[in-house]
Amino acid sequence: MLNPISAAFKIAKKEKRPALLTYTVAGDGSKKQSLNILKSISENVDILEVGVPHNTPVADGSQIQTSAYRAIKNGIKINDIFNIIKKFKKSRKNKPVILMGYYNMIFQYGENNYINKCKASGVNGLIVVDLPWPENKNFAKKCKSKSIYFIQLLSPTTTDTRLKKIIKDSHQMNYFISMLSTTGGKLKVTPKEILKNYNKIKKIDPKKQTVIGFGITEKTIGKLKSADGLVVGSAICKEITRSLNNRQNPVTNVSRLVKNLKKKTT
Amino acid sequence: MKLKKRIPVIDQGNKLGFWGGKFGGNFVPETLKKPIEDLEILFNNLKEDKKFIAERDKYFKNWIGTPTRFIKLENLTKHVGGAQIYSKVVSDANGGAHKIYNATVHCLLAKRSGKKVICGDTGAGYAGKMLSMAAKKFGLKCKIFMGAKDIARQQPNVKAMKKNGAEVVPVYSGSQTLVDAVSECMRFWVANCDTTAMCVGSTVGPAVFVRICGWSTSQISRELKVQLIEEFGSIPKKLKLYNCVGGGSSSFGFWNEFMDYDKKQCEFIGVEAGGPAKSKKHAAPLTYGSKIGILHGAAQYVNQNSDGQIEETESISAGLDYPGISPLHCFLKDTKRARYTSASDEDALKAYKLVTKFEKLRPSLEPSHAFFVAIVESKKFSKDTIVVVNSCGDAYKDKKILEQRLGIKYVKSN
Ligand SMILES: Cc1ncc(COP(=O)(O)O)c(C=O)c1O
Repeated sequence: MLNPISAAFKIAKKEKRPALLTYTVAGDGSKKQSLNILKSISENVDILEVGVPHNTPVADGSQIQTSAYRAIKNGIKINDIFNIIKKFKKSRKNKPVILMGYYNMIFQYGENNYINKCKASGVNGLIVVDLPWPENKNFAKKCKSKSIYFIQLLSPTTTDTRLKKIIKDSHQMNYFISMLSTTGGKLKVTPKEILKNYNKIKKIDPKKQTVIGFGITEKTIGKLKSADGLVVGSAICKEITRSLNNRQNPVTNVSRLVKNLKKKTT
Repeated sequence: MKLKKRIPVIDQGNKLGFWGGKFGGNFVPETLKKPIEDLEILFNNLKEDKKFIAERDKYFKNWIGTPTRFIKLENLTKHVGGAQIYSKVVSDANGGAHKIYNATVHCLLAKRSGKKVICGDTGAGYAGKMLSMAAKKFGLKCKIFMGAKDIARQQPNVKAMKKNGAEVVPVYSGSQTLVDAVSECMRFWVANCDTTAMCVGSTVGPAVFVRICGWSTSQISRELKVQLIEEFGSIPKKLKLYNCVGGGSSSFGFWNEFMDYDKKQCEFIGVEAGGPAKSKKHAAPLTYGSKIGILHGAAQYVNQNSDGQIEETESISAGLDYPGISPLHCFLKDTKRARYTSASDEDALKAYKLVTKFEKLRPSLEPSHAFFVAIVESKKFSKDTIVVVNSCGDAYKDKKILEQRLGIKYVKSN
């Protein structure tokens, strides 16, 4: 069977638009709310990235940190996260879900246990922020054997030879980090420059899907439409924080934001 | 797992940067792979380059001030009544602590790589103070990340950083201590690695930072070896080297040159921060058998919960208040080359009182942890045992805490 991630890219391609990917932190604002957010936004989202909150995140900006610390404070545990995904998948069987997090949590759970649990809960892909290539070779292989995509990260600092080696080993999807930044930074390079780097990556293996993430907001998403997929994370986390601070319902507010993002990509 | 002889410990990691096959490594975001590789190439070349070594030694000698004193603590020895107690007064170094060696080397490397800005983390404020001094000396802009709790409790060092023109960025996340400062500093580097060099304040972080720091602080044991031979004619038959361990830079540097000696002749004792006697929290992952985990880019023993969230620590000494520990020390522990134990907040204060009562020495709260264990154990040692404690920091920065906990009469003026 085709991994639902690849299926989602196919549909978006057919509709001549980039796939829309969102990032939300599991357990933010509460376990229930984060599940409801996933359910509600999924009608406008092609692929859902779900963050596994960690308390020493070395690559996340303040908005995602705020969401992560809030979720941890609310008592979220890894097994709760698997339960959230399982529940979500019960009603949205074919909507692809990617878990994104830091390696220590996987290491403590045990690599094999983690992958098995992912499989059982319906996770389709994994992003591990601090497990770069070639350190991730072994783990990526294990994922592949369970038909879970291990998604390689590529950065503007990744050298050309390294790009080629990583992409040769990568599964069907790669993630290009738009600029030198933690998540949620302001776009400090032009969309044109981002796309130039993106096209260079794309040329190495055009059959593999490459998404762009970091710093994408309602304002900038329209200018990057030619990519295979676009990820919005911090802007959503920020909206959750804003909603909670104003005692508004994050589910409806985030859904509205995502609907708008979708509109701008079509 | 085996420690090799005649190869510097910093160079005993494997190709991926793991000591003993499992400690250290490079668990970093993709963006940092290239800058880390660049730094590795630069460092590997320069550490074999005679001209660079000469340059380093020139600054160590003329600017940092080498050697720092090696003194006998006559009165303390008499009071304790066991081993002969000595101290290596590393707080003599310019700035008042061992952190100056690593800071100086990082600035020299930054200059070579053409970087104009250097960022660093700090807990006790010494790593930050020293980096601000070195940055100023070498004409670099300096940015220091420091937990808000540490800013409040280590004001003298914060003032020094600012005076040297560094920007001090308070970190409010998590426990607002060293662990959060290191995270924030790494995040800053992720976003600015094209223009900015990073200095990690101890033998922690991705493998190359562990190596650079260990290489830099090893100056301490190079000096000590000469001083021991001057004092005793040869390396004593029963030598015991006590050092506090936070991230592990001072202790590693204090021991490095003695690595190949049999531990029966030359024993290493690392003292971690046990925290308040009444608290369950501590900063002693080796003493309390914490599990291996990933923190700040390296695999190490680290305080964490079953999910892998890093646990909050507690210690009276900001410099030891860190949930992890250098991969080098994990390696030295598992190969049984070094022995690790802890001292509580109260123990450290007790030792501070004793040392300052008997000697003209003012160890900061970090080395006071080491003094406590050294004093307790010295009682049981024979008279021909030579105990050396690294007094790696000066207590001026701890003024406020000492005043609160012991009363004003224990705070010696500057
Ligand atoms: C005086 C002093 N001693 C010890 C330490 C602990 O660090 P390390 O274990 O790296 O020497 C610090 C750290 O700030 C310090 O300032």
